[in-house]
Amino acid sequence: MKEKKIIDTATFDWTIIVIYAIMVLFGWFNIYSASWNESAGSIFDLSKNYGKQFLFICISAFIAIFWMFLDYKLFNIFSYTVYFLLIALVISVFVIGKEVAGNKNWIAIGSFNLQPAEFAKYGVSLALAKFLGTPDARLSDKFTFRISVLIFLLPMILILLQKDTGSALVFLSFFLVLYREGLSGVWFIIALCSVIIFVLTLYFGNIWVSGVFAAIALLFYIFSSRKKYLTIPVLLITLAVTGFSSSINLIMDHVLKEHQKKRILVTFGLLEDLKKEGYNVHQSKIAIGSGGLLGKGYLQGTQTKLRYVPEQHTDFIFCTIGEEWGWVGSMTIIILFVVLISRVYYLAERQKNRFNRIFAYCVASILFFHFTINIGMAIGLVPVIGIPLPFFSYGGSSLIGFTILLFTLIRLDSTRSTEMSTLKDMY
Amino acid sequence: MSKGGNRNLSLIIAVIAIGLIYSIRLFYLQVIDTSYVEFANANSKKILTIHPNRGLIYDRHNKLIAFNDNFYDLSISYPFSLKNFDTIGFCNILNISKENFIERLKKAEKTVYKGSATFYKNLEYYKYAALQERMYEFGKFYIEIKTDRMYKTNSGAHVLGYIGEISKKQLEKQNEDGYYSKGDFIGLAGLEKYYEKDLRGIKGEEVILVDSRGRQQGSYLKGKFDKTPVSGKKVTTTLDLMLQEYASKLMQNKAGSVVAIEPSTGEILTLVSSPAYKPEALTIRNKKLNYGKLLNDPTLPLYNRAVTAAYPPGSVFKLLNGLIGLEEEVIYPETTFPCYRGYSIANLHVNCHPHPQNLDLRGAVANSCNAYFCNTFKEIIENPKYKNTRDAYIHWRNFMLQFGLDNKLGSDINFESEGNIPTPEFYDKMHNNRWGFTRIISLSIGQGEILITPLQMANVISAIANRGYYYTPHCIKKIDDKNAIPVKFKTKHKINIKKEHFEVVVEGMKQTLINGTAARTGIEGIEICGKTGTVQNPHGKNHAVFMCFAPKDNPKIAIACIVENAGYGATWAAPIATLMIEKYLKRDTVSSKPEMEERILKAYLLKTPKSKDSVEKKNELEREEINNQKTDTSKRKTTKTNFKNVALITEKLALNKNERKKNN
Ligand SMILES: [Zn+2]
Repeated sequence: MKEKKIIDTATFDWTIIVIYAIMVLFGWFNIYSASWNESAGSIFDLSKNYGKQFLFICISAFIAIFWMFLDYKLFNIFSYTVYFLLIALVISVFVIGKEVAGNKNWIAIGSFNLQPAEFAKYGVSLALAKFLGTPDARLSDKFTFRISVLIFLLPMILILLQKDTGSALVFLSFFLVLYREGLSGVWFIIALCSVIIFVLTLYFGNIWVSGVFAAIALLFYIFSSRKKYLTIPVLLITLAVTGFSSSINLIMDHVLKEHQKKRILVTFGLLEDLKKEGYNVHQSKIAIGSGGLLGKGYLQGTQTKLRYVPEQHTDFIFCTIGEEWGWVGSMTIIILFVVLISRVYYLAERQKNRFNRIFAYCVASILFFHFTINIGMAIGLVPVIGIPLPFFSYGGSSLIGFTILLFTLIRLDSTRSTEMSTLKDMY
Repeated sequence: MSKGGNRNLSLIIAVIAIGLIYSIRLFYLQVIDTSYVEFANANSKKILTIHPNRGLIYDRHNKLIAFNDNFYDLSISYPFSLKNFDTIGFCNILNISKENFIERLKKAEKTVYKGSATFYKNLEYYKYAALQERMYEFGKFYIEIKTDRMYKTNSGAHVLGYIGEISKKQLEKQNEDGYYSKGDFIGLAGLEKYYEKDLRGIKGEEVILVDSRGRQQGSYLKGKFDKTPVSGKKVTTTLDLMLQEYASKLMQNKAGSVVAIEPSTGEILTLVSSPAYKPEALTIRNKKLNYGKLLNDPTLPLYNRAVTAAYPPGSVFKLLNGLIGLEEEVIYPETTFPCYRGYSIANLHVNCHPHPQNLDLRGAVANSCNAYFCNTFKEIIENPKYKNTRDAYIHWRNFMLQFGLDNKLGSDINFESEGNIPTPEFYDKMHNNRWGFTRIISLSIGQGEILITPLQMANVISAIANRGYYYTPHCIKKIDDKNAIPVKFKTKHKINIKKEHFEVVVEGMKQTLINGTAARTGIEGIEICGKTGTVQNPHGKNHAVFMCFAPKDNPKIAIACIVENAGYGATWAAPIATLMIEKYLKRDTVSSKPEMEERILKAYLLKTPKSKDSVEKKNELEREEINNQKTDTSKRKTTKTNFKNVALITEKLALNKNERKKNN
């Protein structure tokens, strides 16, 4: 037993740790740059964003080290406990939450604001890993599927109620985990088709989309040799597409809020609104686009420094990178993320323990979602959804949340050689 | 597991795919599409214009005439978002009420140009100083330093002109080089206008960064792209400030002009039009206050009589007829003509004043004998050398044109009139193609349809002083210490009359001041040659005219002086000219004729209308006259010389002339 307690640092995945360290430090420098002006003092100035970020980095580093030496069994054992505690924390926002810009999703602790939504993802990951990690759990079983979905839908709805749409949408990334665990790919194809129909309808109007689709379906049916079997499916699909397409205007007008609708229209170039809903993205594109191949140089960015891009140190931190480090810098970030996420997916697959594997999938999927949405919105490919860029954006909750996620994974991964024996202990 | 493995691979592929899409998108945004760089520049960089110092203006002895004086305009950059703005503190400094503040803001909003608008014009210095200290608090506001003109003299406004804000029309039409933008100052009149391109300098630029709220955030790249302004060139005029001021003093309370030229160069030493105004009356800051007043002043101080008003020259014209007579060999220096208290032909009689008999040309000039010059002109017009009177007239007229008459001289003073030497076609029309000497007899003594501006008169006397040539009169001596003045001012205009003929006339002019018409106005020790003129004027007293130059040999100064409605040329115009000659040649000494000087200084010869009624009456009269001319030009007897419609008449004559030219 004594031998097991000694932790072999060689078992940690150093690739991830190094990428993490690079990202956090580079992020910190960029936050400094984003808030910098001629009179800016030391990067450690605690009264400023960058000083606070330094503090968060120290806390994160401490947590990271602490987590690496934590008994890995604890994650499994306390997964539901952590999940429910964090759900309770999310709920507490309704009671003791602090309203910031109309959204009630912060809890003030001293001079710091805690954002429970950033931690809820961790709870969900643990709970989902635990629930689906039991040897006999099968997603094909309706009950199992429903509970799994409920696990991440519960916090998602709670956060939606707190009007934090961005953080809530992140929970959709758990569908990727379900996909890996057996959820039919058809759903993703349907989702993808819905998006395509949605976009086409926005561009051409529901009459054209329905008409053209119906015509194609008819042609397909006429030239098909097995009409008998196809009659009903083709009819149903055509009906579904026509119905969905026709309902888009209703959804746009009545379900979505005005600003959400506008953001979508702006993203697809159907609305020019450079002053309000389109302002952020337009300015963001200007900042990034003016960076050129090699960038304007560290602390030399004008657009970010002169505050043309709102929230440049949080959700739009990528602008600073794009402007000051150019395409080369942006590419470095993209590559780091691609390597990191792929690496986590790769690690996930080499886990022999289902709990570990599912947890790893959760981590990768959350990172994937954040990466896609955050950078996508900064470069105008995705509608503006306010979520941070992991490890880069300013904010203690987000940084610490991601650190815990990542280092739990590193800790779990480091045990894969000894997991068989531990499994016996567990069950 | 293999299914899970496939799905794992598809997720990794999805991650890489997103990474790839984003890389391409970023490559497009950052490397291919350069429009974002321009967007960024438009966003954050503001180019502040630094106005150069306008070139200084000096007199011929390097005495400063016009210089620059800063004043401060408070401007605001658009959009006017004034959140957390200390309105009360701001209003206190400016000493304005909050209502006034809002009013000014509204007004500024309507006049936004290139992202900013003037909020408070011509800030008092103490307010400027107080504001400057707290400017960082009032981010949206900034102080624009502007430069106005100031003058070291109260004289010469008509020559110097003035600057002012560029008009919309000028911005559209006078901006080929794109130098000007709205709110800029530009020379609007006088030398300020003529030498605008030399005086204005080159604008500088300061590239500064502006944040999303329009606040200035320091210079861009430590001023790497800044441009220092280049001051305007120093313009040295040919004016002699001392003489100019003295002439102004002599001309005070009189209507008329004095123009003094250095004959050997054509340099204008002095140009006075009276009544005048002080140059400082039309500076940027004072213009609003004074311009309307000056415009409505019945004595027309804005009107530059020296170049715009044209008068029949009177007796001084006899000099030219005498010269032409000699050159055409119809008279000789010794030729005499009898004077029977005048000259009679057919039923016409031209009066003459008492004077010694048997005068030769010299004596006739000195005594200004009308009979002598009627005879001379008759000889010229009826010269058998030419096939008819009309042909002779054309030749006579060509001599006049050589003296620079009937045309703008092309000096650097604006609003020059052409004057008028009637064309033969004019008389053809007037007299139904049947005209001869008797019809134009008044031309012999400088009356009739001829019109000459004081500047042209000065040029004529300058040409006589030079014995047969002149340089286009001009006010520019040096630009930026280089003698690079326009070539046209260095081109010699020769008159085809022999030098010896000039000597005869000059001798007569010398006698004018010894024992002739201006015998009492001579100055001891200076050989002045002059000719008096008294121009008949149907509107009141005669105009007094005098032109002269000195010294006789190697002349240094030539002067033409006209005093409206004053009386005899010898009484009013000659003393002014000779006093100026004394001042110029002896410099700074007290006049040797203090009584004469005092008489001139004290004289009040302005025909100012006493009441509004009389002004209206006068205007009515003028209107009537103009109408008469319109209906029947042939009825015109004497050309109207009242200063206000002189310009109108000249203009009209010019028009007729152009028409005629077209018809021919
Ligand atoms: Zn006589």
